[in-house]
Amino acid sequence: MADLRCKIGGVESINPFWLASAPPTDKKYNVVRAFEAGWGGVVWKTLGIDPPVVNMSSRYGAHHDSNRGVLGINNIELITDRPLEVNLQEIREVREEWPDRVIIGSMMAPVEENAWKTLAVKIAESGVQGLELNLGCPHGMCERGMGSAIGQVPEMVENVTRWVKEVVDIPVFTKLTPNITDILVPAEAAYHGNADAVSLINTVNSIVSVDLDAMAPTPTVDGKGSHGGYCGSAVKPIALNMVGEIARNPETRDLEMSAIGGVSNWRDAAEFIALGASGVQVCTAAMLFGFRIVEDMIDGLSNWMDEKGYQSIDDFRGMATPNTVNWNDLNMNYDIKAVINKDECIECGRCHIACEDTSHQAITKVAKPGGGNEYTVIDDECVGCNLCLHVCPVQDCITMKRVDDGQSHLTWPEHPLNPMRLAAE
Amino acid sequence: MSKRFTGSADGRPMDAAQIEANFGDIHPALSETQAMAESSRCLYCYDAPCVTACPTSIDIPKFIHQISTGNITGSAKTILSSNIMGGTCARVCPTEVLCEGSCVKNATGEEPVKIGQLQRHAVDGLMEMNVPHPFFRAASTGKKIAVIGAGPAGLSCAHRSAMAGHDVTVFEAKPKAGGLNEYGLAAYKMVDDFAQREVDFLLEIGGISIEYGKALGGAISLESLKAEFDAVFIGVGLGDVNALGLEGEDKKGVESAINFIEDLRQADKKTDVNVGDNVVVIGGGNTAIDAAVQAKRLGASDVTLVYRRGAEQMTATEWEQDLAQVNGVNIRLWSKPVGIKGNGKVEGMSFERTMVDGGKLVGTGKTYELPADQVLKAIGQVLEAGPLAGLEIDGGKIKVGDDYQTSISGVFAGGDCIKTGEDLTVQSVDDGAKAAEAMTRFLNA
Repeated sequence: MADLRCKIGGVESINPFWLASAPPTDKKYNVVRAFEAGWGGVVWKTLGIDPPVVNMSSRYGAHHDSNRGVLGINNIELITDRPLEVNLQEIREVREEWPDRVIIGSMMAPVEENAWKTLAVKIAESGVQGLELNLGCPHGMCERGMGSAIGQVPEMVENVTRWVKEVVDIPVFTKLTPNITDILVPAEAAYHGNADAVSLINTVNSIVSVDLDAMAPTPTVDGKGSHGGYCGSAVKPIALNMVGEIARNPETRDLEMSAIGGVSNWRDAAEFIALGASGVQVCTAAMLFGFRIVEDMIDGLSNWMDEKGYQSIDDFRGMATPNTVNWNDLNMNYDIKAVINKDECIECGRCHIACEDTSHQAITKVAKPGGGNEYTVIDDECVGCNLCLHVCPVQDCITMKRVDDGQSHLTWPEHPLNPMRLAAE
Repeated sequence: MSKRFTGSADGRPMDAAQIEANFGDIHPALSETQAMAESSRCLYCYDAPCVTACPTSIDIPKFIHQISTGNITGSAKTILSSNIMGGTCARVCPTEVLCEGSCVKNATGEEPVKIGQLQRHAVDGLMEMNVPHPFFRAASTGKKIAVIGAGPAGLSCAHRSAMAGHDVTVFEAKPKAGGLNEYGLAAYKMVDDFAQREVDFLLEIGGISIEYGKALGGAISLESLKAEFDAVFIGVGLGDVNALGLEGEDKKGVESAINFIEDLRQADKKTDVNVGDNVVVIGGGNTAIDAAVQAKRLGASDVTLVYRRGAEQMTATEWEQDLAQVNGVNIRLWSKPVGIKGNGKVEGMSFERTMVDGGKLVGTGKTYELPADQVLKAIGQVLEAGPLAGLEIDGGKIKVGDDYQTSISGVFAGGDCIKTGEDLTVQSVDDGAKAAEAMTRFLNA
């Protein structure tokens, strides 16, 4: 059986599955239930300087599919609304009762050196294994000059990280906001501030829907709504890219990452780790289904690793990073064509209409003598875009077959049609 | 109400309340949650086989997509623009051999999308919304159209003709409109007076008047209508029933299943309708099943459905056959009636076992008897040809061309009285609409 133990930013964990700083980690009761379920660690819901904030009623909005499945949630909840000492006391108790589990203290303060340093020391003294600096919250707290208001200014990211590093001797995770143009800039700032790791992504700034009766964004608070932080499986692709960029950027490739963003199952976790993350943090999936989802995360990852022959997380960590390249580095001679398996085809016509209306008119529809239609790919028209494969409702009915010789490699900078082509040697 | 019926709870005769409950809705409407879940299962096929399978070619993927987006009015209009009786068809169509039978989900081993139930959800949704009729009449053409028969074909023809701007007069022999929707379908399929509600909805278009109690050959004749109207549509259905051709068929208790079904539909209280204790139903179509299941639900101790061929040859769909079985109807196959017993009143029937020999159905000489105090004949309906004298008849049906015109110019026909596809409500609706379009072309020519 694969060994799921790992080290994230210098913090040892029994598995790579932590709960992110969010409502599920707001208090001892929840955290104990999470540890009972098997989570390797928690990042305690963000602690601030007393007096605690006040949260309001109506906090979550959801982006549903047509079958009431939740694609994403957004929220306008602030940081913990309980006094600091209450939280710290509970952290001390859980620390005592669950010695093999990770507790990271998430924290937030105004951009004042003393405020960060004082709070960081207090939290560190409660026994947490690390601190996470919340520089990403995109709603409410940013209006008070905290959260993403700090995370969006690289100099502040660097300063805050450095301030905290100067006063504590436990690992410091700088949590990054995706609500910026280029994730590498704040990542480099955190690196220069001596962060032990970065946690990303925080939630994406969003309006999740508009209530067309109330004519207000949701969640609606007495007739009005505000932008909130978007999370859940819908943001996973955004998070994967940001993790991948940091991993392959020479300036930041040594920075450890605790990946966050729509991790819903073991496969999502494996993908983030393959792109270079050391572990993952989960929130939305637990909020939708409860802490028990970690059981299959552990079991599924372990089984997959056994099947692949990976004995530890490090065996496959970052393996997809070298294959994450710029568009200019892709092989333009690679040529694939769609193949429809007619025995599997149920004749829904989706591939045809998608290709006909929106792509390359490469799938013909011909009425069969006995009724029904036959769908056939015209190889000469097929550009190998994959659209038909994605819209086909039958697994493996449409596959892509490679038709080039598999030998020659030609990138756009070398391409004869590129007017900016590098001069031939 | 469920598909299954278990009969008396204590062995005593069922009381009136239980019998009334036995005739509740057999397909309870989908809830909002069920409709959303089911609509999201639809793959939104292109050139979808379900549309091809529907005699009225309803754009099924479109109306289901419209349900999933919460556009119920649009969904209902998509259905009704192809089939103005989409509400009845949603309830009574043999979907398993039409749209749902051709759903691509069958090919993946999944259950087909519940197209009929979704159609009902949309149409009922619109009808409950208290919104204006979704269709409009074109400018008046000044043309007058006579429609004979206010059944599915006639009403569909009337609605489409009214939309085209013609003025329509419908002549109906019975006191109510709807034809078989009102008189000929099992009560548990058409609860809450749906047939009349649908007629009322359809008439909201305007330009249609119905004259009741006027039958062809009685108050009206083809000749008089032809003289008074610019075009005539015949949608009289099949007015006669086949006879067994046995001695004693006039004995008390030997009845037409059609009449039994009609009585049940028209009764204020179901218990007003007489049912035997040992009921034998002869026939293998949906009418036979409707009669047999309802006889059981009305309180008959034993109901036996006897069919001269096998289950494969029954025109009743598999769903209907299953319905009979889960309602406790005994089905006897490969048996033909050869005698009716009783002295003035039926007491039993004798049957001969049959088999196929050289492609023909023959008796085997082996016979058996069943006790029966009520025999319901459901062995097919035929055209009542008398009042149609002068029209060319072919194979027992009114002969029409591709344009639904009969052998008399300006006289059109559709529904069960002509030969198109199966004798189904949905087919009649399609005939009526297409004939209306042909009549408009004829009037404009």
